[in-house]
Amino acid sequence: MKRKNQRLILLILAAVAVLAATLLAIWGLRDRASYFYAPGDLAGKPLPVDQAVRIGGMVKKGSVRHGKDGLTVDFVVRDETPSTIRVRFRKILPDLFQEDSGVVAEGRFQPDGLFVADEILAKHDENYMPPQLDAGKHEHKTGPVR
Amino acid sequence: MHVFANPARFLKIARPLTPWLGWGGGVLVAFALFMGLFVAPPDYLQGDSVRIIYLHVPAAWLGMAGWAGIAVASLMQIVWRHPLAAVAARAIAVPGAVFTFICLATGSLWGRPTWGTYWQWDGRMTSMLVLLFLYVGYIALGEADRERGGEGRITAIFGLVGAINLPVIHYSVLWWRTLHQGQSIGLTGSTIAAPMLWPLLVSALGFSLLFGAIVLMRMRAMLARQKVEARLRRAAA
Repeated sequence: MKRKNQRLILLILAAVAVLAATLLAIWGLRDRASYFYAPGDLAGKPLPVDQAVRIGGMVKKGSVRHGKDGLTVDFVVRDETPSTIRVRFRKILPDLFQEDSGVVAEGRFQPDGLFVADEILAKHDENYMPPQLDAGKHEHKTGPVR
Repeated sequence: MHVFANPARFLKIARPLTPWLGWGGGVLVAFALFMGLFVAPPDYLQGDSVRIIYLHVPAAWLGMAGWAGIAVASLMQIVWRHPLAAVAARAIAVPGAVFTFICLATGSLWGRPTWGTYWQWDGRMTSMLVLLFLYVGYIALGEADRERGGEGRITAIFGLVGAINLPVIHYSVLWWRTLHQGQSIGLTGSTIAAPMLWPLLVSALGFSLLFGAIVLMRMRAMLARQKVEARLRRAAA
């Protein structure tokens, strides 16, 4: 066998080994490397009470309530499953926060299931379009939460 | 590719090609950025802050394409001992790192008005930061190996192993829940409206040509330096 082919085969074998190792590592990280929990991830499990976590999903349509103090806001996070999470936040919301749009909240669960957020981030989707094309389109987006 | 095994023949093509790529890329980038920043419509949700996409996305693509180029060149260097492959790989590394940095910096500036944060450790951002660190490590390793008079075998292996990060970056938004949105442009279509999409593609093409020009310039400089060093050695002997 020519030395060139020997090197090529050795290299392919090494590449397969490295690829397999990486896939294993990613498989191991599947649950742990996620940036947030969606409501469906927590369904049927004991809530991680008094532990800093991130949750995320879509802001349920019609669920946003502003408190009388002008700062507190309550809303419900949903995903494609029936589970939802109630969220309370007492700081300034990002500009892109809106109903039926993506959101990520960092904070802690209370024993009664309410999620008190310290930080709210708005998550937008992969659609970009001029304003006039939006008429009615944004309302129907109920894709899976990523 | 073996046509270019002879550096003299490579230089004969690279020398006239460099200004064409450089000026062509410069004109395309200027045109695309003008269209993107002043003519293209704002986004229905983000308003004008979407315009940073015309810099952010081409930089991200080129940062990743750069490492793909390093990996291919490293393969050619190890298997076929192609004399120009090591030069090409090292020439790609610096512009690749610069574009990766531009991607991270513009992404951070874009994240503040849209997501509400400059930086979060989600899958996409973390894997892109890892790419920048890989570039820095690769450049340092390549320089160290060159100074010791090595053949660059270690550097080439590092270039190949580092390529494993590319699919991780690409699929990070599918495998894990991330703050970064999913991909907008795939092989089958895009979720970016046409008047915003085409300046983006022109910008990507223009930056690619500029990238090519920078790589050719760096390769020519490295070959010239090799020649000088060889002559000095001969003169000293």
